[in-house]
Amino acid sequence: MSPEKMSAEKGISRRAMLVKLGLLLNGIVGAFLAVPIVRYLLSPVIRERKNGYESWLSLGGLEQFPAGQTRLATYKNPVVNTWDGETGDIACWVRNVDDRTFQVFAINCAHLGCPVRWFPQSSLFLCPCHGGAYYQDGSRASGPPERGLFQYHYKIENGKLLIRAGEMPTPGRAANIKRGGPKCA
Amino acid sequence: MRLIQKVGAWFDLRVQLGTPIRETLEHAVPRETASWFYVFGSAALTCFMLQLVTGILLALIYVPSAGEAWSSLQTLNHGIALGWFIRALHGWGSNFMVAIVLIHMVQVFLFGAYKFPRELTWIVGVLLLLVTLGMAFTGQVLRFDQDAYWGLGIGASIASRVPVIGPWVVNLMLGGPIIAGATLSRFFALHVFVVPGLLIAFVCVHLLMVLKLGINEWPMPGRIVRHATYLQEYHELTHKDGVPFVPNAVWKDILFSGFILLSIAACAVYFGPFGPGGQPDPTIIQTAPRPDFFFLWLYALLSFLPPSAETPILLIGPAIGIIVLLTLPFVAGEGEKSWKRRPIAVLAILLIAVALGTLTHLGEHTPWSPVMDAWSSQPIPAEYLQGRTALERHGALVFQAKQCHNCHSLDDKGGQRGPALDSVALRLTADQLIRQVIQGGGNMPAYGKNLSPAETTALVAFLETLHPANQKPARNASQAVALGASEVSLR
Repeated sequence: MSPEKMSAEKGISRRAMLVKLGLLLNGIVGAFLAVPIVRYLLSPVIRERKNGYESWLSLGGLEQFPAGQTRLATYKNPVVNTWDGETGDIACWVRNVDDRTFQVFAINCAHLGCPVRWFPQSSLFLCPCHGGAYYQDGSRASGPPERGLFQYHYKIENGKLLIRAGEMPTPGRAANIKRGGPKCA
Repeated sequence: MRLIQKVGAWFDLRVQLGTPIRETLEHAVPRETASWFYVFGSAALTCFMLQLVTGILLALIYVPSAGEAWSSLQTLNHGIALGWFIRALHGWGSNFMVAIVLIHMVQVFLFGAYKFPRELTWIVGVLLLLVTLGMAFTGQVLRFDQDAYWGLGIGASIASRVPVIGPWVVNLMLGGPIIAGATLSRFFALHVFVVPGLLIAFVCVHLLMVLKLGINEWPMPGRIVRHATYLQEYHELTHKDGVPFVPNAVWKDILFSGFILLSIAACAVYFGPFGPGGQPDPTIIQTAPRPDFFFLWLYALLSFLPPSAETPILLIGPAIGIIVLLTLPFVAGEGEKSWKRRPIAVLAILLIAVALGTLTHLGEHTPWSPVMDAWSSQPIPAEYLQGRTALERHGALVFQAKQCHNCHSLDDKGGQRGPALDSVALRLTADQLIRQVIQGGGNMPAYGKNLSPAETTALVAFLETLHPANQKPARNASQAVALGASEVSLR
């Protein structure tokens, strides 16, 4: 009786066993490789949870923002790569309420993120995409948005207006961006 | 010729593909399927081939970097010989491909081709539709202009609404905290490697099943599909009354594909490439972003959904749609194939077509968006000002200066966000007008904080004049009584 026949009678051949062992080895190696791959793919999420993307940025001297007016300001996003080009420049609306109180609104409509425009004549922010409208204090006036404009936290240091920014505000990520009225620095 | 035959024989001895290829080409198909209705699948494949070739050609020049993509597109358009034409072919090829895939799907649905035993062919077809739309969306992002930038913002805003993990989904989609270089790089990887890979794999499986199971026979009213008998019936149909695919059926496929390629080329020459639009600079906010044609219906839908229902509809709606499409062959896997005996199927197609058509039309005209410059570019018609008092004319000035014209049209000029005001005095009394202006309501912002009492009085005086000459303005009859005005008679 040949050895192969013998093991076949026992229910498993030596070679079939080796195939299974080989597959098992590949499975283990695959699982080990999957860990760094998944970690690599999730790096944008992991980085946010560890360090966060936000930091304090200057929008420039207070003299650029006269009392009672709402002006467009731009800043360089704190996390940029050299190949980001113009996309690293972000705009926001700064409302100087009374020289002590400010409001800094995200440019992104609270509906779907299109850039809202300020119309001083009618004191409204209007969105070109789906017609969302907001009052001068950022509260919702009409249209599809569910809420008012996103606002950045701000503070004033050495005559400069600083905001805490770094992430594109979206309806589901509003927790990082303040919801309420103006906050004193 | 002898030489060619010899070389052919030399290769065939080694690869041994000649016989299977010949058998595949000459396989029998039901006689009636050699029809002009059966050409859309092959035409979609032809479009995909064109996209592969033109896509590779574009990749020779295109730079998938947020800082340089836009200028590399300009170079393609203006700096490279016929670069504009390759871009135009790729752009129009994409539009034709989506359109033909949709037509193919409608034809297959109306001909009952998803029924037993072709359920899996249909399911893979649904996946192919999704992958094709994925190509269209990611391709639109690679044309990295203002529309692409803000389109990504819309995508991120929708993704962020996913409960709990929404913010992480946004970070994964954008590759970071904002729309920037990492975003474009990952959409490039999706558009050039991942999604086309899926597309090729699905096309292979789809085609394999069409060959193995045979093309769907021409549906005859009363010829019922049953699990027990269908395979036998189809076998008889193809073998008793079948014709070889090549050449009896294939010539229509070839001619139609050629016609489609010619149409794409004609559109490319005549209309030219798509964009790129303005530079993807987020600090340029004078822009009205709009998606490409095949997503306009969604763009329109997003402005009509009530705010409270928007998130659930956005997140659950597509899932329901896909589940319906995927389960269709299991729910209706047997029975009538002919559209003549399936009125609900026909009505469903008509309903979807009318709905998508209407939404697309609205998406092209965006009546919900204020016309941002109407207040300074659209004058009030002269006849609305002639013979008016100083107060009323001052009201007309307020109307322009406070940008009412951006949302309300006069004489069909201006915005359509709010109602046209040409005859508003017929609908609202002076008091109602004052309340509407000051408090807003419906979809109108309140102007109470922004208008002085004098401005409100003037504006309402002007609005009161807006009615046809032969119709009196609305009046509050009971008010006259309450105030004891003697000159007003109730009878």
